[in-house]
Amino acid sequence: MTVLIVDYGMGNIASARRAIEECGGRALVSDDPAAIKVADRIVVPGVGAFPQAMARLREASWVDALRAAVHDDGLPLLGICLGMQLLTDESDEVSKTQGLGLIPGRIERIVPADAAERVPHVGWNEVCHRGGALFDGIPSGADFYFVHSFRFVPASEDAILATTPYAGKTVSAVGAGRVAGVQFHPEKSSRAGFRLLKNFLAL
Amino acid sequence: MLKTRVIPTLLMREVNLVKGPAFDSWRAVGAPMQSVKVFNRRDVDEMVLLDIAATPAGRGPDIDMVATLAQECFVPLTVGGGITKLDQIRQLLLAGADKMSINSAAYSDPGLVTAASDAYGAQCIVAAIDYRTHADGRRECYTRCGTEGTGRDPVEWAKELERLGAGEIQATSIERDSLMEGYDLRTITDIAAAVSIPVIASGGAGNYLHMEEAVRAGASAVSAASIYLFTQATPLEAKAHLAAAGIPVRSHFHG
Repeated sequence: MTVLIVDYGMGNIASARRAIEECGGRALVSDDPAAIKVADRIVVPGVGAFPQAMARLREASWVDALRAAVHDDGLPLLGICLGMQLLTDESDEVSKTQGLGLIPGRIERIVPADAAERVPHVGWNEVCHRGGALFDGIPSGADFYFVHSFRFVPASEDAILATTPYAGKTVSAVGAGRVAGVQFHPEKSSRAGFRLLKNFLAL
Repeated sequence: MLKTRVIPTLLMREVNLVKGPAFDSWRAVGAPMQSVKVFNRRDVDEMVLLDIAATPAGRGPDIDMVATLAQECFVPLTVGGGITKLDQIRQLLLAGADKMSINSAAYSDPGLVTAASDAYGAQCIVAAIDYRTHADGRRECYTRCGTEGTGRDPVEWAKELERLGAGEIQATSIERDSLMEGYDLRTITDIAAAVSIPVIASGGAGNYLHMEEAVRAGASAVSAASIYLFTQATPLEAKAHLAAAGIPVRSHFHG
């Protein structure tokens, strides 16, 4: 099982690689879209700002390659944190920027529901999911680690796999076909995160 | 609901002095590696690793050491000590660190906080403030591992750091640090009220009640070092105490 970790110069690549290996996958970190040919799974990690991330993905010709990998080859793809947000078609973070266009929706800055809530949303919070292969064996409400200031608002309710009680309700996992994205960091969520990554490898 | 984090902080000093050739580098990381492994096995919420000798010695972070330690850490890892350049942050992220703790460099080069925040996101940047409270009640930020006064007020500086792009504030009371007599609740209250980003209480935890007090004062997380080294206290027990006091803490998954 070869898991391609897309290296566009902004991810917490080492954490993602270690966690994939710990879960029994062979991690292949590459900055070359040609690596998709030998991949069984694709992970798009990410820490940072949306426009810069998309600019780098475009420069390295990842955008069309990732779309083709998903649409034509049917490769399962998991976006993590910023990598999840990149799945959308458009973001207003810093400036209006086109996303990968794999799951329609928009990205908005988190607006706290009360003074006690802070932004960024940092720490462990509940992930309330509606079942599905990605969350197999993980109780709804299990805590995962979050660290983000923006959030994904899918165009369709159908794309919502899980939500988290913060700033009202924050979408914490999205999915459409073989594409999924999680706002939290499974690679940094200890045992619960490993279970989710193992589920992704088993899709 | 977002959980209050209980964060063990590992302080390292003069690691480089004992560091031999590359093959011998385990000797340098031996003690911190033990701690990282133990805290990882105990499934702590997060870890902070501070190389407190870096800035006074005029050197940057030890990227190789962070890479070695990060291999054994499957919870969020914040790294600090000697970070002065954007490229060091990129290398530390590649090495497996998740968040950067910036302290001294923020005073001499506030633009670093903004540049780092723009490049890697505010959530990646923890601004650390070390401060003392003088006899007249006036508070002052100190730089270079608590050795040089800056004339800045920690509450005002916290607001400025938020404006510059910091994602969290870790405020450490220098004179309370290591005494285990409790956090500086007055300053935690003041900073938490002044900024809208999370505040990590630091310096002085001697028991679980101290942690509870800091949370009630407005801290989003409580960090401690001495209590875990010199007493029987554990982060897990700390969380059990907080939970019993009605403060939400992370539930552990054992699947």
